[in-house]
Amino acid sequence: MVAVATLPDVTPGPAATARPGQRRAWRGIVLVVAALYFVVPMAVSFWFTVYSEGQGFSLAAYGRILSAPGFLPSLLLSLALAAATIVAVLLLTLPAMLAVRLGAPRLRPVLELISTLPLVVPPITYVVGISTALRDGVDALAATPFWATLIAIQDERFPFVLVLAYVMLTLPFAYRSLDAGLRAIDVRTLVEAARNLGASWPYVLFRVIIPNIRSSIASASFLTLALVLGEYTVAALLGYETFPVWIVTISGNDGQLSVALSIISLLLIWLLLLTLSGAGRKRR
Amino acid sequence: MTVPAVTAAAPRGGRPRSKNWLGALPLLVVTAVAFGIPALTLLAGAFTVKDPATKVSSFGTANLARSLQGPYLNALLSSVQLSAVVAVAAAVAGTFLAQAVITSRFTALREAVLTFSGVLSNFGGVPLAFIWIATLGNSGVITTALGLGPGVLYNFWGLALVYMYFSVPLMVLVVTPALDGLRPQWREAAQNNGATTWQFWRYVGIPVLTPALLGGLVLLFGGAFAAYATAYAMVGSTVPLVTLQIAEALTGDVLIGYENVALALSLDMIVIALLVMAVYLPLQKRSSRWLR
Repeated sequence: MVAVATLPDVTPGPAATARPGQRRAWRGIVLVVAALYFVVPMAVSFWFTVYSEGQGFSLAAYGRILSAPGFLPSLLLSLALAAATIVAVLLLTLPAMLAVRLGAPRLRPVLELISTLPLVVPPITYVVGISTALRDGVDALAATPFWATLIAIQDERFPFVLVLAYVMLTLPFAYRSLDAGLRAIDVRTLVEAARNLGASWPYVLFRVIIPNIRSSIASASFLTLALVLGEYTVAALLGYETFPVWIVTISGNDGQLSVALSIISLLLIWLLLLTLSGAGRKRR
Repeated sequence: MTVPAVTAAAPRGGRPRSKNWLGALPLLVVTAVAFGIPALTLLAGAFTVKDPATKVSSFGTANLARSLQGPYLNALLSSVQLSAVVAVAAAVAGTFLAQAVITSRFTALREAVLTFSGVLSNFGGVPLAFIWIATLGNSGVITTALGLGPGVLYNFWGLALVYMYFSVPLMVLVVTPALDGLRPQWREAAQNNGATTWQFWRYVGIPVLTPALLGGLVLLFGGAFAAYATAYAMVGSTVPLVTLQIAEALTGDVLIGYENVALALSLDMIVIALLVMAVYLPLQKRSSRWLR
């Protein structure tokens, strides 16, 4: 606001004094426009959830969340999927990344490629591949024992196929944050020292490596959690009612409720990510 | 002393190396299953044509040809157009915002903007759509207050406006390190040689920033191009977009003989994404030598 106000007295001034003022003026305009663009929808949608023409102010929309049908099952499903994805992605990436550092450097480009592919392939095309593979797979494997596995991973109560998909989608983020952590420590020396002192491989992994990269493991887990809690495309098109899918389903009848849910789920994810960036800052 | 020395040499021997290699095996196997199988199915299906009368499948490019015609082509073009508009607009806006924040005297402002950019750049999907619907939708607060009438949000430009909400913060994150890398000395040197502000940017600033700007453009294009949840929750199918068409072809009733069009459309999308990457990589390599 202040910066915008300086705009008029800048223009008539001589060039030498005009320059800093002018610079401040465009900066002010840019910041004000950006602030308006980013703050107004947030503020307005909060207003939308608490005020309505007939009833005036009320927080009823937030109260309705807990009693809405399907709220708890879908949230629990999303949380369970997130937990399974975090465990799976850590168990898969950490040994692979250690292997690359300790004795198989030729695998590094392969890992880089694997962790970049999900960024190039849009999630919706990935879902198309998965659902076609599942459909064709059920047809093709009907007579074999694999058929039971294929059915089991599509269980409504805990669709393991979603965990597989989420592991792939979160791989780029997990890989990058773990890579940053491993880069900061001398993995080879640590491992060789521990092994020479007689430590077993599990001991090396859980008592030497993991404690040293605790904050990158935390950030990889946070990013995965945020991704799974917000993911709509894959779950919706494969027909599972995770939390974001449920929000869309419930939104048909109650506009205020759906916006209230959006705000709540945003705050949740923001809190996670803010914790994460706070942790990152402390580390530096 | 001698015993540890012997074991220290062991990691270079045969046994531990094979063990090390095994560490990567689970990831490779899971990737081959979870990524490889869908990818191969997609590729095979896109080239498999089912004859509606005889139900016989054969290899052919009819699906791909169909996916590049009529409404499908429209959706594809409209997606590319939307992504390009969003990428360019958000790249410009994000660069200006980042420069405004960096040159500001308040370090707290810089910290706050960067933190919130990190948070907002992850903000997409359904909640984003609902928040904008509450703001500018047909019965949105601002729509009602200003009497704008229905349909402000549910079109091409409405989608572009909403996509900017996560694209601009992403650009701020991408371009900030590059803007930090523009040394003040370069500006002083340019000024001492009599260059104007415009000339500084034209001949020094923008060429040095090019890799970061290109990288940002590619990321923003990819983000907007792949977005599905936001568009679906917001416009349903009133704006033709390739992601919406794919979902419709996958879940809805499809004409006989068109079953594999979703696969062909997906292949089109991947090809476009790869083309964008292929254009970007050589350019980026050529011009990234100034920073760092």
